[in-house]
Amino acid sequence: MENNEPVDQERRKFIKTVCMGVAAVALSPAAFKILGPSEALAFVQNTKRRWVFLVDTNKCIGCGFCVKACKQENEIAYDAPVSRTWVERYVVKKDGDTLIDSPKAGRDGFIDAAIEGQAVPPSEIAKGFFVPKLCNQCENPPCVQVCPVGATYQIKEGIVMVDRKWCIGCGYCIEACPYSARFFNPELKVAEKCNFCYHRTVKGLKPACVQNCPVGARQIGNIKDPDDPVTKIVLNERVSVLKEEYGTDPQAYYLGLDRSVR
Amino acid sequence: MIHPVIVHGSEWTVKELFVYPNEYIYWGIQIVMYPFMTGLVAGAFVLSSLYHVFARQELKRIAKFSLIFSFALLWAAPLPLLLHLQQPLRCEEVFFTPHFTSAIAAFGMVYSLYFAIVSMEIWFIYRRYFVEQAKALVGRKGWLNQARRVTYGVLTLGAWDIGHDAIEKDEKVTKILASTGIPVACFLHGYAGFIFGSVKANAMWMTPLMPVIFIVSAAVSGIALCILFYSLINLWRSKSAMPKKELDAVRMATKYLLIFLVFAISLELLDMVFRGYTAMKSWNILRSVIYEKDFLSIFLFQYFCGNLVPLIILLRKPLSMGKILTATTLILFGVFMMRWNVVIGGQAFSLSWAGFMHFELPIIPHSLETYKEGLLGALTIIMLPFLFFFALNKLIPTLEKD
Repeated sequence: MENNEPVDQERRKFIKTVCMGVAAVALSPAAFKILGPSEALAFVQNTKRRWVFLVDTNKCIGCGFCVKACKQENEIAYDAPVSRTWVERYVVKKDGDTLIDSPKAGRDGFIDAAIEGQAVPPSEIAKGFFVPKLCNQCENPPCVQVCPVGATYQIKEGIVMVDRKWCIGCGYCIEACPYSARFFNPELKVAEKCNFCYHRTVKGLKPACVQNCPVGARQIGNIKDPDDPVTKIVLNERVSVLKEEYGTDPQAYYLGLDRSVR
Repeated sequence: MIHPVIVHGSEWTVKELFVYPNEYIYWGIQIVMYPFMTGLVAGAFVLSSLYHVFARQELKRIAKFSLIFSFALLWAAPLPLLLHLQQPLRCEEVFFTPHFTSAIAAFGMVYSLYFAIVSMEIWFIYRRYFVEQAKALVGRKGWLNQARRVTYGVLTLGAWDIGHDAIEKDEKVTKILASTGIPVACFLHGYAGFIFGSVKANAMWMTPLMPVIFIVSAAVSGIALCILFYSLINLWRSKSAMPKKELDAVRMATKYLLIFLVFAISLELLDMVFRGYTAMKSWNILRSVIYEKDFLSIFLFQYFCGNLVPLIILLRKPLSMGKILTATTLILFGVFMMRWNVVIGGQAFSLSWAGFMHFELPIIPHSLETYKEGLLGALTIIMLPFLFFFALNKLIPTLEKD
């Protein structure tokens, strides 16, 4: 009998190990929830948010605060002529000629009355206005389609992002964007674009340009929320988008867009 | 000292009228070189396949040369892309993480496949030579001979059988590889055309004809370069007039060159006539580029000097060596101008259709960027295949001796 004790202990130890092993094996699959295809799709696509932009060209005064704020917020070289957002000035003459410019992307406002090197006498001007531009966060973005390495992608809120650590700098996305919203970041040497200040919106803040527009010409909204003021305007008023013919389904909506706008 | 921030493209782009702030000529001389080089690869391969697949015996002498030259060109073909990348150290991502909706993503696979086919074809054609050399060099003294023996021994890959049956099998496989190579070569170059033709944002590039135009002009340029280089080498070797056999091979190759040239001209003219006739919204700006801004480089350099003059020269019999050399040089120039007019011409206007951009090729570099994207970068790329060919020819003699 004296010898039985260690054997018993051995057996007990063995049973304990087996039980723990079985529990561990049973537990590990249970620790992960295995999603079916439809569940996985819902997880990726179904979101309660789809950011859209609304520009009221009737309100824009061409002050350039949006461009300044954008450059500072997103650390884009301040004096470089490229920008994530820019403001265009249009002067339509009575003879039908249209003059357009955007000096320094409109960063410093439009202090020179001369446009495209021409000083147009006020008596010859039929109409003049400003049009702010930025990435349209297209529903069907050609830039995402053409990226050879998948460094640019659309997230579930509809924003098109650039992975700065993955971009090879081929420039195909820049060539493919009908709106010329993209450029090479002069310091990082990778594709650069507006992402509606994702780092701000994700915290519930407004994009820098929206925040700094003194006249409320720029607004951001969630098109999936019927109570969002932007959604109400997009649904109820006469809005238009830029270059619809390219089939990109742009999500920057414009109020008061003139036919001369490029 | 604070260095000024330089925007990519701003050093060679001059803007006129209204151009969007972010717009520059982002695709410069290296993107002109890229389709030019892949075109030469594809064209040289097509010429060699005319012998291997369609058994055009009269092309035998030039066919072997063309295949090896195509291989030399193939090494240099991806380099323009590499020089163009803003992040060249990440280039391997194209191979390892291809994003399949992008036309460029096909590059890794098509290029590798084509590379494999050409390497294998060369191996099957020259296996007998490798074995013979490795055997002949046994017992020869000197480290160079030993090194050559080992190299040829390795190149045989252990397949030492050069009996009748084995060689017959080799020839059979060569034919299969050459036949598969033709569509792959066309795909390699056709997709380069697709890269441009599918950019819907660009009214100049967007046409389904683009890949076809690229393939046909590729054949034109590749055959022209093979004829030119082959003739020059033979003239240099014989020190005087070209040997009759070589001249016959070259004359036969010019016949195929003519056929492809006529196709290329027809397709390009069809494209232009169609654009003018349908006169879509973009035609206003395209017309200004084609008939005003780029008139000289399109009509004088590309169509007149590069197409019409060589066509007339080649049609006039008898074909002397002087005529062949002049015509092929002009054709190469014409195809280069065609690539230039597509790539640079396609970015000569703003997507606002309200302004223009002019390309000023950096001649004297003052930075790595202006070297890569300038004249010297392009010349480096042009020189490389000739150096590769020189090195390859030491190992695999492509020029037959009588």
